[in-house]
Amino acid sequence: MKTKTPSKLEKILSAGHLAVTSECGPPRGSDPEAITKKAELIKDHVDAINITDNQTSVVRLSSLASCIHLKLMGVEPILQMVVRDRNRIALQSDILGAASFDIHNILCLSGDHQQFGDSAQGQNVFDIDSMQLIQTVRHMRDEGKFLGGDEIKRPPNMFVGAAANPFADPFEIRTPRLAKKIAAGVEFIQTQCIYNLDKFELWMQQARDRGLHEKAYIMAGVTPFKSAGMAKYMKNRVPGMDVPDDVVKRMAGVPKEKQAEEGINICVETIERLKECEGVSGFHIMAIEWEEKVPGIVERSGLYPRPEV
Amino acid sequence: MIVAKRKPIEEIIEEAQGYEKILLVGCNECVTVCEAGGKKEVAVLASALRMHFMNQGKDVKIEEVTLERQCDHEYLEELRNQIDQYDAVISLACGVGVQFMAEKYMSMPVLPGVDTCFMGVTEERGVWSERCQGCGSCMLAKTAGICPVSRCAKRLFNGPCGGSTDGHCEIDKDVICGWQLIVDRLTKLDKLDDYEVLMPIKDWSTERAGGPRKVVREDVMQ
Repeated sequence: MKTKTPSKLEKILSAGHLAVTSECGPPRGSDPEAITKKAELIKDHVDAINITDNQTSVVRLSSLASCIHLKLMGVEPILQMVVRDRNRIALQSDILGAASFDIHNILCLSGDHQQFGDSAQGQNVFDIDSMQLIQTVRHMRDEGKFLGGDEIKRPPNMFVGAAANPFADPFEIRTPRLAKKIAAGVEFIQTQCIYNLDKFELWMQQARDRGLHEKAYIMAGVTPFKSAGMAKYMKNRVPGMDVPDDVVKRMAGVPKEKQAEEGINICVETIERLKECEGVSGFHIMAIEWEEKVPGIVERSGLYPRPEV
Repeated sequence: MIVAKRKPIEEIIEEAQGYEKILLVGCNECVTVCEAGGKKEVAVLASALRMHFMNQGKDVKIEEVTLERQCDHEYLEELRNQIDQYDAVISLACGVGVQFMAEKYMSMPVLPGVDTCFMGVTEERGVWSERCQGCGSCMLAKTAGICPVSRCAKRLFNGPCGGSTDGHCEIDKDVICGWQLIVDRLTKLDKLDDYEVLMPIKDWSTERAGGPRKVVREDVMQ
């Protein structure tokens, strides 16, 4: 496929390589080293790094500012942007702000409801939804216009992504929902963490049946478990997460001091299996506050060294 | 209807401090149906206040009346000749009635006796739930008759979000996912293909965002 933006991630995907991305959560403070140190750990093993946007509705250093720190150290950022906290004025303004630093990737998200975080009594915005944010960025880039219709001088030039959760309900609209995001203009997808591989492969089959894997690059999301406790927590407490019983059992079946290693093993095995799944264009490794494990996972999965483009 | 809930008695007592003649005014419409501010609730609140002030050794006169509505001039006018006998009114109508009363009787302190919550339905006796936020531009024809503005915690027009689990919203297992309902209805109506139609960005200027709203119908004006 021909590339439309200067995004390195887009170049790698369009060249047919399996892309690798990871993510860093910004700190609850203003120390830039909290970002740059994490990025330093993984930058040679991934093609781009997502910066989360006040994830779980907890106030953190802004995603845009964190992306600028990455950019300044020569790392390719993926700006995550949720529609929970900003109306269409602020969203478009921040897109321009990111574009002014030549940030070339954006991930359009709804955002967790504010009740999960430290500001449960706050308002939410939801002026537009995540699909409409995809449309907004594409409109700004391709038409060179604001939503209000006026022309943008030096429009943003971003590769547009979104999340997909193959495991959320209702299952019958999981594939139509992906189709809808693609119709809205999404160009790459990063999925929710995959533990139920059979269900994921069924979703991919349905996507292939409609040719969706040829219309957007689908990157499979993985998160290594640090412990059996984390597996149980993810299974029972995190909305939209599907952790099969046998995975929890496998984690619980090894001694505590070996559980972290087992979590990494499961993660590597997942990547190995999904490398064979037609339509999977890459991997998004979300090692939550465990960034130092990403290089090992990438190497063991045969995804290192990263391609030069 | 407009659904309200009873205010904590402590809050009402605190606001009513210092008044000696208080008129409690109920409303015979929505707040009667949702059992928050009708004749019965006025009587209960009046008894509670009388008991409180008696225990405090205070001589506070509490009287009761329930109007047909508090959102129309003609019923509020019924108080015109007696309201000056009181030094405060506690209205058990919704926030609409409290304000209309306050606008009409400019020199009378008017206190709210209920917390106004939403426009909703009686699911069963004692359970009321929200259905409409009055966005001023109804989209129900396009969403299988289920409103994403009032039924989705993120008011997504192209939902559901990734947090929908077993038909429930991510915010609470007791909250039904509005988009699950929409998908269920589309399925029943044999219109699931409509799910893939992208809903355009909404014009919120007819909603609260556009400032205080007004409907003017010249054809029915007198």
